[in-house]
Amino acid sequence: MLDLKEAYYWMTLIRSFEHRAKSLYRQGQLQGALHLSVGQEAVPVGVCSVLRDDDCVLSTHRSHGHYLAKTHDVEGAIAEMLGRATGCSKGCGGSMHLFNRAKGFLGSNGIVGGGIPIALGAAFAHFYQGTDGIGCTFFGDGAANQGTLHETLNLAALKKLPFLAVCENNGIAATTPTPVSTSDMERTKLAVAYGIPAERVDGNCVEEVAAAAERATAHIRQGKGPYLLDVRTYRVEPHCGIIMDNRDPEVARMWTEEKDALKGLRERHPEILTSEVTSRIEAEVAERLESAVAAALAAPEPELNHFRKTFGV
Amino acid sequence: MMKHISYLNAVTEALDEEMARDERIFLVGEDLDIDGGVWAETKGLVEKYGRRRVLGTPISESAFTGLAAGAAISGLRPVVEYMYPDFIHVAMDQVASQIAKARLMFGGQAPMPVVLRMCASGVGTREAAQHSELLEAWFAHLPGFQVVFPVTAADGKGLMKSALRADGPVVFFESRNVLYKKQDVPEGEYVVPIGKAEVIREGKDLTLVTYGYGRYKALDAASLMEGEIDAEVIDLRTLKPMDMETVMASVQKTGRLLVAQEAAPCCSIGSEVIRRVVEEGFGALKKAPRLVASKDVAIPFSANLEDYVVMQPADIVNAAAEMMN
Repeated sequence: MLDLKEAYYWMTLIRSFEHRAKSLYRQGQLQGALHLSVGQEAVPVGVCSVLRDDDCVLSTHRSHGHYLAKTHDVEGAIAEMLGRATGCSKGCGGSMHLFNRAKGFLGSNGIVGGGIPIALGAAFAHFYQGTDGIGCTFFGDGAANQGTLHETLNLAALKKLPFLAVCENNGIAATTPTPVSTSDMERTKLAVAYGIPAERVDGNCVEEVAAAAERATAHIRQGKGPYLLDVRTYRVEPHCGIIMDNRDPEVARMWTEEKDALKGLRERHPEILTSEVTSRIEAEVAERLESAVAAALAAPEPELNHFRKTFGV
Repeated sequence: MMKHISYLNAVTEALDEEMARDERIFLVGEDLDIDGGVWAETKGLVEKYGRRRVLGTPISESAFTGLAAGAAISGLRPVVEYMYPDFIHVAMDQVASQIAKARLMFGGQAPMPVVLRMCASGVGTREAAQHSELLEAWFAHLPGFQVVFPVTAADGKGLMKSALRADGPVVFFESRNVLYKKQDVPEGEYVVPIGKAEVIREGKDLTLVTYGYGRYKALDAASLMEGEIDAEVIDLRTLKPMDMETVMASVQKTGRLLVAQEAAPCCSIGSEVIRRVVEEGFGALKKAPRLVASKDVAIPFSANLEDYVVMQPADIVNAAAEMMN
């Protein structure tokens, strides 16, 4: 069963993390590409609530939420994004290349669709070693138009590999709305084509995401092969950094005000998520985040001699 | 003691010995679980190791290359087979952006012990433009790979053993012109280290550096020149890292460098050999170095056209004669 307070904590943390990253970006302290996942927090928190440390996640360019939900490593994430030696990828990767082997996070990915077959490899490794772990990939609806997804679904189904495909169907790929890029929005049909069970899920309802992920992982761990979740959500921020965003403001208002994942969770469980509880969680999150940012800002840059030695250059 | 076996038998021996030694090694690629692949390049291994360790796949290069990447990050040691080098293009994101870069972009925490094996590399067999690419320079250019190109049965076995024990990704080119050629291979454990060239003919007049099937053309050329030009022939065997010690020692002796390759000339392995020698041993050179290569065009089908485009022993002989003037 999903721990609602825990879910609320991590969803709040991811959202605050993204807002804090954005402010650091605007101050010029955080450089490079920055893809924020504000609005989509329920997806990684719901899915990762049923994953174990030995289940492996491969993520996308928009990976902060996935990383935080899977690893709970706030400090390593922000330090990496600030290019510090203490970052989860030692300052070599940045926002798009987060990594944490111990917690089963085998990499975010700067190439749309790139992580999908790698997750199949993580699934294959579990099959190969006779363990009941899972290889899970998050990908956007944009990546669902990449050939890697189709090849991977076929191979996963053919070999009955323990593979979980989570499509974060947020209705937009970079700046192109999905109806303009995609002949059929219904991503569950892709799974049907390969004989893979699939569900369409309300991605702004963490309980529904967790319940669907529980059904999916139960199926997979029984050795029945892959599963696909078509999770509907909304990306509140623009694609990257300060790129212009021309989406319909009325649709944006509906998602951010009426369908907001945190607001919905509070309203569905007022007896558990009382204002006292949520205030306490928000204060804890703020404190943890600020201390992580302060530690990262105080941390050293990657050591050049260490880099030379590690990579022989 | 030597045994006389085909190139592919020698490499299959290496795979077999290493798979028996290391449970983490598995093979993945098209048709591998059916008669050992279309070249019979893994013959007998599916019968011995089963379909878990010899994973036949659909024609989905991106998916099975990515599968290898994910398996490698997870601790396995995949050997990925491409029926022809040309087919790796459709998996190039997984090769170039994932496998080549994972170690760097995750701060050294994601080693990628993957062998990318292309056993049908080559030209001269009338297979036309899309089945005749020589891609070794592409992979040498990409930071992250070691690149080997053995063309004798012994080197095939010895370098495959090294590739299977390497920490990072190794691109393993093989020549389809020698796959079934029988040669001597030492009995028992035989390992050729990555990064070691071989002087295959000693000479005093000119250093002739080559690799891949160019080895056989260079030896033919050296025979044709015998009595007039005494060429020292070096087979690089490993293209990256390049064994400059062996190359430079020879250039110091002969003062002349001629590089012969079957690939096109622009930004190629030969260009790199010349760059290194000019930078590191300019003073030893009596003449400007030369590169003989195939022409800068895709490979045409018709025999007379292909033979015109592809570097031939006569091209080596002509260039060597000009250099001795």
